[in-house]
Amino acid sequence: MSSIISVKDMCLWYGEHQALKNVNIEIMPKSITAFIGPSGCGKSTFLKTLNRMNDLIPGVKITGDVRYEGTDIFAKEVDVNNLRKEIGMVFQKPNPFPMSIYDNVAYGPRTHGITNKVKLDEIVERALRDAAIWDEVKDRLKKNALGMSGGQQQRLCIARALAVQPKVLLMDEPTSALDPISTSRIEELVMELKENYTIVMVTHNMQQAVRVSDYTAFFLLGELVEFDKTDNIFSTPGDKRTEDYITGRFG
Amino acid sequence: MLKQLFLNKRKSFEVFTKAIMYLSVGLTAALVLFLLLYILICGIPNITPELLMSKPSYLTEKIGILPDILNTLYIVFATLLLVLPLGVGAAVYLTEYATSKKMVSIIEYAAEALSGIPSIIYGLVGMLLFSNHMGTCLMAGALTLVIMNLPTIMRTTQESLKTVPQSYREGAFGLGAGKWRVVRTVVLPGCVDGVITGCILSVGRILGESAALLFTAGFAHAVNGLVDGLAAPGATLTVALYVYAKEQGEFGVAFAIAAILMLLTLLINFAATLVQRHFAKRRSI
Ligand SMILES: Nc1ncnc2c1ncn2[C@@H]1O[C@H](COP(=O)(O)OP(=O)(O)O)[C@@H](O)[C@H]1O
Ligand SMILES: [Mg+2]
Repeated sequence: MSSIISVKDMCLWYGEHQALKNVNIEIMPKSITAFIGPSGCGKSTFLKTLNRMNDLIPGVKITGDVRYEGTDIFAKEVDVNNLRKEIGMVFQKPNPFPMSIYDNVAYGPRTHGITNKVKLDEIVERALRDAAIWDEVKDRLKKNALGMSGGQQQRLCIARALAVQPKVLLMDEPTSALDPISTSRIEELVMELKENYTIVMVTHNMQQAVRVSDYTAFFLLGELVEFDKTDNIFSTPGDKRTEDYITGRFG
Repeated sequence: MLKQLFLNKRKSFEVFTKAIMYLSVGLTAALVLFLLLYILICGIPNITPELLMSKPSYLTEKIGILPDILNTLYIVFATLLLVLPLGVGAAVYLTEYATSKKMVSIIEYAAEALSGIPSIIYGLVGMLLFSNHMGTCLMAGALTLVIMNLPTIMRTTQESLKTVPQSYREGAFGLGAGKWRVVRTVVLPGCVDGVITGCILSVGRILGESAALLFTAGFAHAVNGLVDGLAAPGATLTVALYVYAKEQGEFGVAFAIAAILMLLTLLINFAATLVQRHFAKRRSI
């Protein structure tokens, strides 16, 4: 099987500060890849590079080669909005817009030109069902999304991302702001989504990586130290630093 | 013995400072109250339906302030119509689009400085810039007020743009929305409170403005429609107050106008507080 995202010798600087050093990775389609590592090691930075969310930060410089389905994502011909339509994102802190639940989910499809009411209704329902939140919100789609609980908000944000029908979903510590019950709901959801989506997830929680992911990448000080099947990483790590980290010797 | 003396001294000093503070608070309150009551008592009896609904006539020697009320409405309307898109546009550009930090801070500094300039200078500039070309008319006055209020609208909009969480913008960009769509759908709705606050402040400022309008908009008291009115010279309430008091010695009319303006100002302050409270509540959920 060939990878859907392929990164070769990627480096990234925030101004003078180098945050990523020669990262190489191949992300497999319809799998869950977890990024682990101590905070500040560059996990979020790397994740945000994959759909060019770093474009929004002034002073970022990137070298190397990042390909999505074989296309260089930094090529001039690439429309960054279409790239983000293909590679969606869920953030650490749930960030629904201050609009109705319906309008939140419909935001993406409307952005990409879908105005037909029937079609929108269909997409919204499907996305909410896929995000396992339909039953909780189907009677209050017109209510403001900010009135929901944190866990519901995060699943709404997942629905909102799914509504544009991406192929890849980037998730940056999607459960770190949530309680244990919401966390396990989202973990179950993520494992179901794997059937149709490629998922790349940053997590600060190693049990979570073990529970949900197929592949794990361990970052340290801007370097990708080790990348392998999750089972291998946690049973027979190839690098001393990985072993020290997963056995809790630092970070 | 010595200790006792010291203690007493300190105590009497405390009593003294306290007394001074009470005195200044009392004096301030009394002044405000006096001014308010004085104007209302002198003004309200003179506010008659006839005064409000008629125009002045030299033949019958009657005075009516209907034209001045209309002129005030026209000038407020025209000023806001022009200053809103300009001010909001500038604010959105500076906070959302501009990439040069230096340019942004220069413009912000200029706006700050602009809002400290005495209004009579705006009047002078407005006369040279507008009245000398289009004649003395309400529109020239409105344009002058646009320049005067631009910094206010810009600053209040900017302040509230800064309170729109970055995470909303990220969320929208992450869904593949372009810059303009993000601004239109996520950023602008979040700064409505700033725009409304700016509007209210500006209306208050326009109502109170005389110096800048004396130069530019003139003194006429004719009843006109909106379009004709803007093209003709005319006095707003504040200018009319000046004219009636200073040049015609009509203190009854002047006080009537003063009372109206004061009530309006109180109303505007009240509205501003309401708006701010409303949005503060909405933000906290
Ligand atoms: N916007 C930014 N500007 C400058 N430096 C940043 C920015 N974001 C992150 N960094 C730096 O880059 C490094 C990696 O950060 P990050 O990717 O957030 O790490 P992680 O997600 O693994 O905790 C850190 O040293 C951090 O200080
Ligand atoms: Mg992070």
